[in-house]
Amino acid sequence: MLRLEGVSHSYDGRAVLRDVTLDLAEHRIGVIGANGSGKSTLARTLNGLVVPDAGTVSLGEWNTRRHARRVRRRVGFVFSDASHQIIMPTVAEDVEIGLRSLRLGAEETARRVDRILERFGLDSHRDHPGHLLSGGQKQLLALASVLVTEPEVLVCDEPTTLLDLRNTRMVHRTLERLDQQVVLFTHDLDLLTGFDRVLVIDDGRVVFDGAPGEAVPFYVDRMERADREEADR
Amino acid sequence: MTGLYVPGSGPLHRTPAGPKLLALLVVGAALVVAAHHWLAVGALGAALVLYPVVGLPPRHAFGVLRALWPFLLAIGVFQTLFGDWQTALRLCAQLAALVLLANAVTLTTRVGEMLGLFERLARPLRRVGANPDRVALVLALTVRSIPMVLVAWRTAREGYVARGLSGRPYLLVVPVIVQLLRMADATGEALVARGIDEETRRQG
Amino acid sequence: MPTPTTTHVRYKGLTARDLSLIAVFAALIAALSVSVAIPIPFSPVPITLQTLGIMLAPTLLGWKRGTLAVATFLALGLAGLPLFAGGRGGLAVLAGPSAGFIVSWIFAALVIGVLTDLMIRGGKYSFWKGLGINLVGGILVIYAIGVPWMAVALGDGVLAAGLSMLVYLPGDAVKAVVTALIAATVFRAYPIPPAGRPVLEEAA
Repeated sequence: MLRLEGVSHSYDGRAVLRDVTLDLAEHRIGVIGANGSGKSTLARTLNGLVVPDAGTVSLGEWNTRRHARRVRRRVGFVFSDASHQIIMPTVAEDVEIGLRSLRLGAEETARRVDRILERFGLDSHRDHPGHLLSGGQKQLLALASVLVTEPEVLVCDEPTTLLDLRNTRMVHRTLERLDQQVVLFTHDLDLLTGFDRVLVIDDGRVVFDGAPGEAVPFYVDRMERADREEADR
Repeated sequence: MTGLYVPGSGPLHRTPAGPKLLALLVVGAALVVAAHHWLAVGALGAALVLYPVVGLPPRHAFGVLRALWPFLLAIGVFQTLFGDWQTALRLCAQLAALVLLANAVTLTTRVGEMLGLFERLARPLRRVGANPDRVALVLALTVRSIPMVLVAWRTAREGYVARGLSGRPYLLVVPVIVQLLRMADATGEALVARGIDEETRRQG
Repeated sequence: MPTPTTTHVRYKGLTARDLSLIAVFAALIAALSVSVAIPIPFSPVPITLQTLGIMLAPTLLGWKRGTLAVATFLALGLAGLPLFAGGRGGLAVLAGPSAGFIVSWIFAALVIGVLTDLMIRGGKYSFWKGLGINLVGGILVIYAIGVPWMAVALGDGVLAAGLSMLVYLPGDAVKAVVTALIAATVFRAYPIPPAGRPVLEEAA
């Protein structure tokens, strides 16, 4: 289970996370918040891309400060812009390179690559350059490249921001079917229906923690109030 | 990533890149050391015959020679006027032969195989801290980045035109560079997130 | 604390982000050399923005990443991708008379990188100093290696080789200016961290 204890972080003296303590145990967890709320930094602390100034982030007995590599192997991460995450020239090579560090042997590696490409409907594109795929297919490839390493948790940082409605739904359906725990950071409130738990982040703090049915109205209301206050001033 | 490679199954296609490169170096060194005009002409003849023998269409041979003709002309005129015709003949034939042979190696070797050879040749650099896996990773990342850079370039040019800017074309390059720097940051982050390239030692 | 110690930060090795910066700039050089080409009569080598990339990479990335970016670009071109000016590539360019120019890029990047690093360490990037550095590294070094190499390859035609290269000089001078303009703007627009991981070192 992912556990955050007293996590605080700042960039150039500006606090972006303030004393966040959380246990992330539920199967489907959504995190919502405005731009600049600290959401993206929070996402990056979960697999050690950002090691917080204070506090610890741990998965079981490993924490991101001392065992970053072990945590990262178990916590997969998907970014909003898939084209930056796709590293190798062709689709199959990109899926394969993530497996290289697991040293599974050529046969097992090839088998896993084939299986995941088929599962994501990318097998007909295996030798195509990744950058020629459509936006939705790119995000599927990014997901496939991460999931082929079989992480325990998948953290997604706004995976549908750059996608159209159809591709958003495709990614949504793919996420729904996963066996793994998913922590989804998003602006797209529709994605959260059916989630077990939703957190609302504002100004580096968790300001709401509950079921999606309550969290989403809370967030919408908070944003509207902020709008009105700004208009009054 | 096919590049200049011409698919085929001739004898040169079947020879590994290492021996081909070695043979090229030996022939080149021999021609320069021997420095004999008839030997150079013989090598040029052999290089020309080589193309059809190994199954390369002759237009590839003419292609590289066409890129060379101003130099051949310069050598010919200059050496005949101020030197002797033997030197002119030797230098022209030598240059054309070596360029043809080197081109034959390139045309019959897949880019991936040649890069593999470069990686092996760079292996002694491991002593000074060059990790072969990272060398391979950078080469692959570059191949993947070329089309992305071309797209960034096109997008910036559209923005430049759309905003009606003109006269200071370097302003077109700046947004491209900034976008590339961002792209590199994001890619570096993804390399770490995906466990492909770890910063193995912790920060001090 | 009995004795006061001063700590200073040193940067060691290359991070994952450095690898992707190297790859992205190698790709930028490739994109610049294939996207624009002004043909020169009687010359197989058109004027391209290739040397703009060769100057930009070490200016913005420093000597280590900049030189590696140029080396990566060269490796891909020599391996058979048509990345050099005029869509050339492969080993034939090393056999040809203008090989010296291609080899010189590594040294040009090294010189520009080292000098720019020194300038930035002593303050901020200045256009005029940067222009001077680009002229030394991007023109002097390149011609000092490329012209004699060509003269040897063509026989005793030092004069002819030197004169024929004058066609490219105005373009290269413009590119040296443009590189300095771009660098002065980019350094204000986007902070590029130094290469490597920061390591705290204690000096008594």
